[in-house]
Amino acid sequence: MTVFMPTTLAEALEVRRDHDAIPMAGGTDLLVHWPEQLKLHDRDYLDLWGIDELRHIEWSDDTLELGALTTYWDVITDAKVGAAYPLLVDAARQIGAVQIQARGTWAGNIANGSPAADGVSVLMVYGASVVIASHDKHRQVPLERFYYGYKEMDLAPDELIVAIRIPNRTYRHERFIKVGSRRAQAIAKVGAAIVSNGSGWRVVASSVAPTIRRCPTIEAQISDGELLGSPDDLLPAIRADVSPIDDLRSTAAYRERVMSRILYYAIKEMSYQ
Amino acid sequence: MDRIEGLAKLTGAERYVDDLPLDGTLWGMTVRSPVPRGRITGVHFGSGVDWNEFVVVDHHDIPGDNTVLLIETDQPLLAGDYVRHVEEPVALIAHRSREMVRRAIREIEVTVDPDPPIFDFTAEPTDDQIQHGSDNALKRIDVIKGDVDAALAGAAHVVEGEYRTGSQEHVYLENQGMIAWEEDGVLMIKGSLQCPFYVLKAAVRALARESDRVRIVQAPTGGGFGGKEEYPSMIALHAALLALKAEQPVRIIYDRGEDMRATTKRHPSLVRHRTGVDSDGRLVAQDIDVALDGGAYVTLSPVVLSRGVIHAAGPYACANVRIRGRAMLTNSPPHGAFRGFGAPQTHFANERHMDVVAATIGIDPDEFRRRNLIVDGQTTATGQTITDGTDRVALLDHALELSSYRERQSEHQALNASHPYLRRGIGMAAFHHGAGFTGSGEVMLASELELAGLADGRIEVLSANIEMGQGTLTVFTKLVCDRLGLAPEQVVIADADTGRVPDSGPTVASRTTMVVGRLVERACDDLRRQLGLDDSDSGDRVTRAIIDWHIEHNKPLVGHAKYKPPPGIEWDEATYTGDAYATYGWATYVAEVEVDLRTYTARVTDFVAVQDVGTVLHETLARGQIQGGVVQAIGWALTEECAWNNGVMQNNQLTNYIIPTSDDVPPIRVSFVENPFAHGPRGAKGLGELPMDGPAPAIANAVARAIDADPHEIPLTPEHLMDLLSNGR
Amino acid sequence: MGADATTPPMNRPPIKVPFTLNGMEITVSIDPAERLLDTLRYRLGMTGSKEGCGEGECGACTVHVDDIPVNSCLIPTYQVRNAEVRTIESIDPSDVGALLASGATQCGACTPGVVMTAMWVREHPELLVTHTLRELMAGNLCRCTGYDGIIDGVRQSLKEGPQ
Repeated sequence: MTVFMPTTLAEALEVRRDHDAIPMAGGTDLLVHWPEQLKLHDRDYLDLWGIDELRHIEWSDDTLELGALTTYWDVITDAKVGAAYPLLVDAARQIGAVQIQARGTWAGNIANGSPAADGVSVLMVYGASVVIASHDKHRQVPLERFYYGYKEMDLAPDELIVAIRIPNRTYRHERFIKVGSRRAQAIAKVGAAIVSNGSGWRVVASSVAPTIRRCPTIEAQISDGELLGSPDDLLPAIRADVSPIDDLRSTAAYRERVMSRILYYAIKEMSYQ
Repeated sequence: MDRIEGLAKLTGAERYVDDLPLDGTLWGMTVRSPVPRGRITGVHFGSGVDWNEFVVVDHHDIPGDNTVLLIETDQPLLAGDYVRHVEEPVALIAHRSREMVRRAIREIEVTVDPDPPIFDFTAEPTDDQIQHGSDNALKRIDVIKGDVDAALAGAAHVVEGEYRTGSQEHVYLENQGMIAWEEDGVLMIKGSLQCPFYVLKAAVRALARESDRVRIVQAPTGGGFGGKEEYPSMIALHAALLALKAEQPVRIIYDRGEDMRATTKRHPSLVRHRTGVDSDGRLVAQDIDVALDGGAYVTLSPVVLSRGVIHAAGPYACANVRIRGRAMLTNSPPHGAFRGFGAPQTHFANERHMDVVAATIGIDPDEFRRRNLIVDGQTTATGQTITDGTDRVALLDHALELSSYRERQSEHQALNASHPYLRRGIGMAAFHHGAGFTGSGEVMLASELELAGLADGRIEVLSANIEMGQGTLTVFTKLVCDRLGLAPEQVVIADADTGRVPDSGPTVASRTTMVVGRLVERACDDLRRQLGLDDSDSGDRVTRAIIDWHIEHNKPLVGHAKYKPPPGIEWDEATYTGDAYATYGWATYVAEVEVDLRTYTARVTDFVAVQDVGTVLHETLARGQIQGGVVQAIGWALTEECAWNNGVMQNNQLTNYIIPTSDDVPPIRVSFVENPFAHGPRGAKGLGELPMDGPAPAIANAVARAIDADPHEIPLTPEHLMDLLSNGR
Repeated sequence: MGADATTPPMNRPPIKVPFTLNGMEITVSIDPAERLLDTLRYRLGMTGSKEGCGEGECGACTVHVDDIPVNSCLIPTYQVRNAEVRTIESIDPSDVGALLASGATQCGACTPGVVMTAMWVREHPELLVTHTLRELMAGNLCRCTGYDGIIDGVRQSLKEGPQ
């Protein structure tokens, strides 16, 4: 095991170009059950933690940029971010507990590619983009087009996620709902992030598909202003957009039905606000 | 008095087994069966590892009988030619590098010619699934009182119900662990355990060593809850086999995944009730069938079944009771001791059923209980006459009052009628728990305890009872201080080391404070008697006398006490009749829940626990036991579910096996009704297990009220609640 | 033959990691596969921090890194280079009196982690403007107390304030 510990992004991108080293940010995913992950002991690592230029929260006229090392706790304790993007704080506070929030990063959450990633769902609903760099170029990809499939994403072996950009927009309604098996320290069994402004609704679903994803059919149904008589009226659209499965944490039937209920009541409550 | 070892724990200074120095020790690990049942055809060691670097042990290395001695001898220490559950130990390896052991263990393959396993303890086994006796029953126990069939035939109402509970993992925060080494010809075994003499007896049998050539020493133990009652014998002997072969100290420390996959859990249960009630709402017949899943070996299932069966009819007076119990073999890892020991399962069924019966016959559940709770002079299912002076109806009413039961009910009605998706309910459970070993168990244990008066006048308590968080050290210290008028600094508690202490019995069954604590008091009296002091002599007079005695005799003065049953206790093991326990704790718990119909999630929003556990010796410790037990039971009731697949626990991680966090539970409101027990120390009764019994039925009853449905099974996970609401099951 | 949880079994060149541990500047030479928890417990003999789950769920291994609680089982030791690490061994007995009196510890296995989170909360009472105590303590699983003893003790120690 070789560990590269660059202090600048440029050095890190050279390592990325020259070595098959796993990028490590806060370590909260990679280190789980570490003593038993013996294959991972035989790999090389690119430790990003010492690259201070990736540790920033920067505002510009039209975007908020979170450096790749921005943690959940950084956002929870940033009142300005909380005021502008309340769902980021809502989601961050429901990820693990403070010990995880202190190390876990938004960019790491994106790179891990879990279909249950709470951080990804709120970033996606806010229309965030992923800023990606390699030794010779920079590019930016909308988060909602970043994933191809389960843990498959638009990131080449020589690239790194260096920042996340979130457009400055105002919303009339914003809601993040996470259904976990307990109130803290839980992984989402089903979740939704919802925003609306004058031009329509955006809905992002968690834990009901191979990736976090937008739900265009649901969005269209709500945006059309169609009256919902009961949660079940959402089921056809849910079935069109997502494909929940049975796993250790829950069942497909539960996920589908609960998705309809959390969406129905959230939309109803927001519409009366 | 603060907890004796509290500061050491709060500053990280307490040394648990995995905290002991590493010098010269090897790390041991266990090779386990990959399949639930079959004949072992080979243990293959991969070619990529230099096995000469490793110490390797299999059943051939066992000097004595290949068994983990407990009630029976059917469980092998290392499977020889046959395995009966996944994760069953087959071989052991050790190396000085922990990572090397972890790498090497993956290169060992156990091949097995499979036989058909059985996992459903409620199903009739097919011929080729029978592995114990003629029908896989590890134990059957019947309790018969009166004439149930006649009473049912004449009853105004007969109500039936069927109730299930799942297995539960202990989740002691410190995983299992042991170190073994040889010292001057004596085999030393030190680790996390509840019962040093169980380990000693098992070691003598399997290692074919005299008991004076083995010493078992308890290390500070990070939680047990029964999970470190019987399984530590297995790990201790594994470490010993490796250490004897390596001629070096060996430590085996399970990680959480191995601990959850391989060690014991609470017995799953299926309990059926058929209950006859007269037109006044009084119980006339209780016909109860109790089935437990024992797992692959006998282990403690007979005694878990015994306690479950004895508590199955609840704290009620009924002239006609028939309880038929059986513990069945399955090819799951053996289920074992867990706080409550069978009683939480049967209390869940009985208290849930009481609400079902009350609703069926149209009486309020509190009133139905009031009419049937045992009053002094009446008898339990085993015919034990209760005469302890506790007013169980008043206790119930106290719990209802503290929980504002009636006011909450009307608030809930209003909310439930108007809220789009929130539903609230309040429910209760009345129950009891026998303290100490069942029946003649304490007489057979014949526990002994010693107090030594040291040269400096301090008193050392020598007992086999251990501290695992429940407060033994503090309670014993306090009892000596109170009895002899001493300060806490003047009392020391010896390590539970079988080479030094007498066998005061295992630290289980809510017996330590009540039974062994009484021995502490009597040993104090014995010291005073030997010193020629009066009962009124205390404090400095006692200390001075001990010092003087030491000067005169040049050795410590030893005070003794040996268990004596309270007078008048009679138990007939053959007919399962008589005084099942010397005394009982009595309780009524009330739970308030909120169910969210968007997510089908039930949450406990308020909890009141009222109990009579005799005199409360230490308010903070006693309250902590109740609160901790209640929260452990809230987990069992709502979220804790072992996901089994072919006898393998799939969710053997704390991410996927869901115990409550601080944010999941409300403050637990505790109230004690103190009715002293004449034969307990200063009037104390056992209390450790009691709080595990009541919460699950109280919560299920509250959920039933909230959503107007009848849950018959726990845990009430959201997925189960969704099924219940959509399909009525 | 010394026993060993930390020496790499294969060719993994050691890494030198300088950091501040409980106020003292040290440099340790570690196996790159070592977690901070392993370095503390098995290399430095500071066994107060416990391993309860190895997956960042139970919080028994909680230490402070640069004044915030973290799970030391999820941090490769090389990541604390130049950081300030504070462990349970730094806690003065006089700081935990309220927790002792309230019954915050029973078996003690979760306790060092509980204390480290509790001390952080006590040093940052402003957190209670946005967070409840029960939320802040939710990263420390306890199986003994039912949490009341812990919550009561932290609340009391907040009243007393940092020493």
